[in-house]
Parts: sequence; structure tokens; C-alpha cells
Amino acid sequence: MPKDGGIGASTKRREDMRFLTGKGRYTDDINIRGQVHAHFLRSDVAHGRINGIDLSAAEAMPGVLRILTAADFAAVGGIPCGWQVTDRHGQVMQEPKHPVLADGKVRHVGDPIAMIIAETYEQARDAAEAVLVDITELTPVLDMKAALAEGAVKVHDDLTSNLCYDWGFVEENKAAVDAAFAKAAHVTTLELVNNRLVANPMEPRVAVGDFESHSDQYTLYTTSQNPHVIRLLMGAFVLGIPEHKLRVVAPDVGGGFGSKIYHYAEEAAVTFAARLVGRPVKWTSSRSEAFISDAHGRDHVTKIELALDDENNFTALRTDTYANMGAYLSTFAPSIPTWLHGTLMAGNYKTPLIYVNVKAVFTNTVPVDAYRGAGRPEATFQLERLVDKAARELGVDPVDLRRQNFITPDMFPYQTPVAVVYDTGNYQATMDKLLEISDHAGFEARRAESATRGKLRGFGIAHYIEACGIAPSNLVGQLGARAGLYESATVRVNATGSISVYTGSHSHGQGHETSFAQVVAEMIGIDANQIDIVHGDTSNTPMGMGTYGSRSLAVGGSAIVKATNKIINKAKKIAAHLLEASEADIELKDGKFAVAGTDKSVDWAGVTLAAYVPHNYPLESLEPGLEETAFYDPSNFTYPSGAYGCEVEVDPDTGKVQVLSFAAADDFGNIVNPMIVEGQVQGGLAQGIGQALLENCAYDGNGQLLSGSFMDYAMPRADDLPMFTVDHSCITPCTHNPLGVKGCGEAGAIGSPPAVVNAVIDALQRAGHAHVTHIDMPVTPARVWAAMNG
Amino acid sequence: MYDFELVKPASLAEAVKAMGDDGAQALAGGQTLVPTMKQRLASPERLVSLTGIAELQGVSAAEGRVTIGAATCHADVAAKAAAHYPGLAALAGQIGDPAVRNRGTIGGSLANNDPSACYPAAALGSGATIVTNTRDIAADDYFQGMFATALEEGEIITAVRFPVPQAAGYVKFAQPASRFALVGVFVARFADGVRVAVTGASNNGVFRWAEAEAALSGDFSADAVTGLTVPADDMIADLHGSAEYRAHLVGVMTARAVRAAG
Repeated sequence: MPKDGGIGASTKRREDMRFLTGKGRYTDDINIRGQVHAHFLRSDVAHGRINGIDLSAAEAMPGVLRILTAADFAAVGGIPCGWQVTDRHGQVMQEPKHPVLADGKVRHVGDPIAMIIAETYEQARDAAEAVLVDITELTPVLDMKAALAEGAVKVHDDLTSNLCYDWGFVEENKAAVDAAFAKAAHVTTLELVNNRLVANPMEPRVAVGDFESHSDQYTLYTTSQNPHVIRLLMGAFVLGIPEHKLRVVAPDVGGGFGSKIYHYAEEAAVTFAARLVGRPVKWTSSRSEAFISDAHGRDHVTKIELALDDENNFTALRTDTYANMGAYLSTFAPSIPTWLHGTLMAGNYKTPLIYVNVKAVFTNTVPVDAYRGAGRPEATFQLERLVDKAARELGVDPVDLRRQNFITPDMFPYQTPVAVVYDTGNYQATMDKLLEISDHAGFEARRAESATRGKLRGFGIAHYIEACGIAPSNLVGQLGARAGLYESATVRVNATGSISVYTGSHSHGQGHETSFAQVVAEMIGIDANQIDIVHGDTSNTPMGMGTYGSRSLAVGGSAIVKATNKIINKAKKIAAHLLEASEADIELKDGKFAVAGTDKSVDWAGVTLAAYVPHNYPLESLEPGLEETAFYDPSNFTYPSGAYGCEVEVDPDTGKVQVLSFAAADDFGNIVNPMIVEGQVQGGLAQGIGQALLENCAYDGNGQLLSGSFMDYAMPRADDLPMFTVDHSCITPCTHNPLGVKGCGEAGAIGSPPAVVNAVIDALQRAGHAHVTHIDMPVTPARVWAAMNG
Repeated sequence: MYDFELVKPASLAEAVKAMGDDGAQALAGGQTLVPTMKQRLASPERLVSLTGIAELQGVSAAEGRVTIGAATCHADVAAKAAAHYPGLAALAGQIGDPAVRNRGTIGGSLANNDPSACYPAAALGSGATIVTNTRDIAADDYFQGMFATALEEGEIITAVRFPVPQAAGYVKFAQPASRFALVGVFVARFADGVRVAVTGASNNGVFRWAEAEAALSGDFSADAVTGLTVPADDMIADLHGSAEYRAHLVGVMTARAVRAAG
């Protein structure tokens, strides 16, 4: 292993020095000479018809350069959606227009109506208050089921209804599934809500548009997880700017959790406006603005049913879900409740028949899209809550019921009835590990101790599977994706042997700058400090699809491996020439190229110098230089899995739930940096516990956001969380990528919510509240108390 | 935030004079006012800062009373009142977070009278006297509903005088997001009886719970309030809890406050 840590070393994150010492270069830190400021006047009603906009007073305000409304964007495209779902009747989804600024109607609180550009931010805000918008309020569409009723008010007048699509999966299985339910020995049914969430990354969104008239060159600095995707969507589909004239830069962006994947209207608006006003235009979202303009997550209403035979084997599963799209289709929104949700409904179980129905619905709310886990948390939550409920109804141990129905190690690769093929896994092993690290055997004693303090203790378990390493391009193309999902890397070796790796993956908290360097260091056998990872700028990185879906190491890392292998192959040719040996006899070990069976060798720097100073070099057969690019397109998803266990105490007087301990036994395949993996899991657990107990994005009956600030939207804080016990020693390597890795970024947020809720139900049922079979998230003290006393 | 003028008087007299100007608004710690201004929900033309006035600062104790200057921050009360009135100091030490406790002031909190703030429970539960530049106001007369007080236009709180009880306790059940009191109960036992003040729960702001006071005056124990209930009719109902839940928590927190008082 290289002295600074190759694969498997818990190398400290090199990026943390700048983050922890205030040296991060966040998007809002970017200020361009001559820049002006944009402020968006946003709708304060959920649904309304715009009768007119009077800008005359506002345009006369001090410092105002220009005020743009929908009319100014008439010649450009709307915000595109990146995925087209085909429904169970063979119809493509209803896809509404999504203008950059509200055109004719406003469709959610926060919908941008006008863009005010002024010399200062405060001047832009002042002028916004002088813009007179004449709006006739319309009845807001909020409840998804009511939205689909005959004659319901429509969010989009030019669509036939508020239904985006009615998706059935696998439609051909529906009759067989229904038949299995008809002859089931036992059916367990659960109705639940997967609560709407706000991502709340640390840095709110920022966009700075710049235009150089002498070269027709646009630059957009933006808080994005995927700058190339923004360049493609915004350049080609919105503003009509060819890619070579548009540079998109996403520096340190202060986290994303999915909410910074999408192309947002503000990005297009500042880029467009920069040319119009001839000055760089900057917009920084306030936190309040983020609540009503960043895409939200989750928001499913589901009925799920499990059929079992008389020996407690799962025979069929059936779900009926309403998925909230919000007012417009965000970039990946249609794919989340379908291909990232329905395909995971088998979970870890060998249930032979599954049918998933999802109705995606437009409402007068902020658009909903992927949020850490994206569809897979929704699938896992309903399935793992349901299995737990079934175990209680049948009077069997929830652990045993799961074990009995697990896909067993001899069944891999395992074709699920919902299209995907799991390559590897060992769910008994992760379950065993969880029971060990959570000291499950000692639970009864701990429960008795809690009881002496008047507290109700419960243990909850969940086992999850997710599909990561997104995704095979040809497959997702068939499923409606309007993009490929490969990843890219350029490995540029410098003359003296140091290396710059240009990756299409973006890092916004994942530690790529450290772990990607470890991969290259391991392969070549040089110190990781010799290697820099460069990302986030379309002007110097190859076309990449960005970071989400726990894909970066599995897909982006694999591209780096491919490019590095090309480098090594070429370097071996150079070494063979220098050593006057056959290329086949050259071995690379610890940064040295040696002729097998001899003491002849040349070190890494000797070869790299020869590549760039090719005096003694096989120029007739080999180009000088040492720089290679590779694209990697995965052949399958990866399938991380794991067992999570949560212990809670419920205060019966107040209903307050305290998480006492949380244990996670994950199988992520091979691990590059165990410390980073543990950090990713811990962060995911914090978010999952936040969803389970605290976070609630709620609208009132008028479509006003009730939880529009941290005063009402409860983020998890350190004292809401226990110390975590995290283990990733159960390893079944991925069989189809070169690193054998599966991805770890979302697992914590996927597996934890059902474990927490199961623990609360366990605590209440053990204490005699047998009637409490479910509590919707967030499981707030008020909800627990109401359930206990209901 | 809109433009405004900031006046920093060095004495109470100067502050009173400045408050006489049109559009003047007293600024104490600014923990509510400044965020409200940043959201453009308040637009005072002139802020009169009270925190630089020496006579409004400090904690003193004499003759069974603790007097706290109106511009004293919560952290100072938590530290300096502990020896004289530990129940009050403990309450001050639970307000907000360290940043809030080092900026927010007792006078600012009482002038604002947020229905979920902690200090109104201490003032009403202690039977404190709110001292202003013009008069003394008994706590029982001071609190007049959510964000409403007996203060006249331009009147400035200068100090709060607390009679020190034999025992006192404050327990709050935190609203999960803001960590303001979803329900907070302050209990104080005096030689002549017990006072119980409830914050966070009622649409009418802080209130005294007479039934619990009567029960606890006879038997100062958590058991004494078991089974007592407050009607849910006037309780706040919101995202974080129903009126019934808040009414229930009043009983639970009162019992816990009695235990905390010891």
C-alpha cells in the first residue's frame, strides 16, 4: 500500500482543511467585477391568474437596470424535464410547459414572476416591492386524490387533468398478483404517508451569469451537482447557446442532497440577463426563498398490501401510490416514483409477484424531485413498515419473518419480479452483524431498566436494498431518460510524475478529492499526495453526468480506473523501451516498472519524464505525452444493502421519542476509505432520523407553506441523535465494476426511517398500546401522544 | 432590510427623548426585531438602542428581591442571578442558544411578549414588577395577550423586580423546530401561596393556572396536580401540537416544574 494510503486506508479528507478553516470557495464567494444583482419577485399565492404586471414605478426606482417578466423570455425555451415516463396504457406522461418566469398563471407560492436587476441587492428588493402584479386568486390544488377527481380545478389549463401519469409495474403481472391475494392465507395492509421534505443544504442556491460580448462566451457559476448537465439542458434546450460558447462552473457548493441536481429557472435567467444588461448578474437565494424554490423531496401517499401463505411466506405484494410532482416537472421528477421506486419493491425478499401502481399528480406546491435516496427511501419505508406490521399480526418475530423470506446467497444473481437483477448480497450476514453490534440479546434488560424510569423502550429493525451506481445508459434510455448516465475521467500525468485527474463527477461533501486519489495511488503505487482531483468546471473536465444516486465511485471511479489503466498500459510501453525489454515482461509495482525476473527497473517519474521529454522514446510507434480519457457506462446498477436497528425510548407523558442507539450493518461491496464511508452513513442516518422524527414540509389549505423557516421546519440537531454504531465488514463485492464497489451515499437515509418508526411502534405495543399499528412521519411528540390516547 | 437610523443613547433620559421622535422603535437585544426587519416585516425609521445604557444593566439583590436591569442579557442573568434566585437563573440559561442568550435581554423579551417566550412565565409566576421610565407595573396587570402589554407608546422598561420565592422551578417542552416553549410552566412557592404561570400554550399568551395554584398552595407536590386539567378551548393549535395536546402538557409540565423546584 502507498505510504499515504491507497485503497482501504482511512485517509483524512484533504478537502476538510479548507472547509474547516473557512477557506472553502463557495459559489456565493464568487463576485465578478462590475456585477449587478438580481432579485426574483415570487408569487405569494398558490394558484392565480396574472391579469397584468405594471413595472413603471419599479423601473424608475434607484439603481434598477432592467426588470424581466415572462414576455422577455418569449423567444427562449422553457425549463426542460429530463425523463419521460410512459404509463400503463402506453401513453406518455402529460408534460406541462415550465416557463422561466410565470406566464399567465402562478402555480405555487414561490413561483417567480419578475426578475429585478439592480446595482445592489437591496435596490433590487426595494424595486420588487414597487412591481404591481394584478392576480386573480384561483382555488389551489393541494390534495392529490382530490386533484384527480372529475371536474377538479387544473394546475395546468392546457393539460387534460392533474394526472401526470398512471404507471403500472409490471402491468402484465397485475392479474397474477390479484389472484395471489385472492388465495392468500393472510393479508397485511398499511396506509401511510412519506412526508414531504426540504433538502436544506448549507449553502443556499447561487447563480452568477457572465457574458463576454467580444467572444460570445457565456459563463454560469452555479451551485450544481452536475455542471455538464446544466450546460446541456440550459444551453441546448432553454437558451440555445452552443456548448462551446457556454462554460458552467460549480465550485464548492455547500452540499446538495439532490436539490442541486436540477436545472432551475434562476440559472437560465441570470445567464440570459447577463447578455441583456451587459454586466455579470448575480443571484443568491435567501434561506426563506430556498424553502419555496428548491425542489422538495418525497411526498407519497401509499396503500401497500402483502399476501402471505399459511407458512408465512410472502406470495405477493401490491402497492398503490400517489406521488406529488408539485406544480411543474423538475428535471428528474417523473423517474423518482417509478424507476427508482417501483424497481425496489422486492426489497431483500423473494416475493414472487409484485405490482406497483403510481399516479403522479400536479398540485399547486413546489416541484418535488430526488432527495437523498430518491424513490428508494419511499420504497424501503413502506415495505419495511409493512413487513413489521405483518410480523406483529402473525405473532412472529420481525427478524425471523424477514430471515424466512430473504433472498438467499445461493440465489444471486437474482432476477426480481420488478425488472432489476441483483448481482450480489448476503442479507442473513448483515442481519447477523446488526444483531451483534446492536447487542440485541441485551434488549430485554435495557427495556426493563427503562421501565423503572417510566419510559417505554422499543427496538426497531429494517433491512434495505437500493439500486445505485446509476445507470446503464441503454437501459435508462428505454425507460425514458433523456440523457446517458455514464461517467468520465481524464488522467493527465505531468512530466515529473504528479497527476491531475479531471472527473465528471462533482464533489459536494462526498470526499472525492481524497478517495479518488486513493484509487489512482493504489493502481500506480505512488503517494496519493502526488494526485489532485479536479472537478466542477465544464471548461476543463470531460463531459460527465455528475453526482447523485450514490454513483460517483461506482461509475465515476470506474471511469478513473479505465483511464488510469490506459495510462499504465502506455507507461509500460515507455518503460519497456527504456529498459530495452519486452512490454510483456514489464511489471508495475510500488511506483516502479521492472523487468520480470531481473533487477532492472525504472521508476514512475523516469517514465513520465521520458513521455514529455522524448529524447530516448519510441516515437515511431508511440505518441509522446501521458494523458488519457475514458468513459465508463455501467452494465447494471449496484445493490448496496444492509440491516439497521434502532432503539428508542418513548416518554408516555409527552409522547416524545428519544433515539438511544442506532446501529447500521451495511454491505457496500469493497471500501476505498472506511472513514469517509462511515461519515457518509452517519450523515445519512441523521437525515433519515430527521425525516422519521422531525422534518415536516407542510402546506395549509390555501397552499401556504406552514414550515417555511427553521422556526417551524425541524432540522435534526446533534442532541436529537445518538452515537452511531456503523459497520461495513459484510462485503459482497459488486461483480460488474472494476473496483467491486456499490456506493454508500444514500444508504443511511434509506434504511433508517422505517427502523425508527418500527422502534416506536414496538415500544408502544410492548407497553400495551396494541391499537397503535402505525404513526405517520414525522413521529412528533404530539402524534405519538395522540396515537396513544386515540 | 430597509434603511433606518440607529441612535445609541448613553443614558435613559436620552433614550426616552429619542423614543419621542416619529417612527422610533426601542432596540434591546434584537433577537426578534432584527430578523423581523431582515424579512422586511418591520420597518422602523429609527432604532433606539438600549443595550449601551449602563443604568439598564446588571443584577442586584436586596431585601428578598432580585432586580434585573432591562438590558441585561440572558447569559448574565443565568450567571449572576444564580446565587439569589436559582429558579430564575435556570430559566434564563435555557432560553434559545448561546448566541441568543448573549444578545437577548429580559426587557426585550417582556416588551415583545411572545406567547412562547420563557421570561413572561418567570415574571408572571414570580409576581414580578415591571419597572418603566414612568411607573411600576405588576406582572398581573402587564401581560395583556399575545404580543400585547400594558406598555404605552414610547415607554421603556428599565428593570424587572422579582420577589424571591422559597422555591421555584421552570420546565418547558420544546417545540421541535424553534425550541421555543410549546408549553412552559413556571412554579413559585411563596410563604403566602404558590403561583403557576404557563407560557407557550394559550392564544391569550402567558396565563396563571388558578386551579393548580390552589392545589399546590395546600400541598406543594407533583401529586397535588395529578388529575387537574386546563380546558383546551383557548389553547394554541398548530403544526406542532393540537389544543388538546397543549392542554395535556400543561398538567405534565406543571408536575415536572414542581419536582424541579424541589
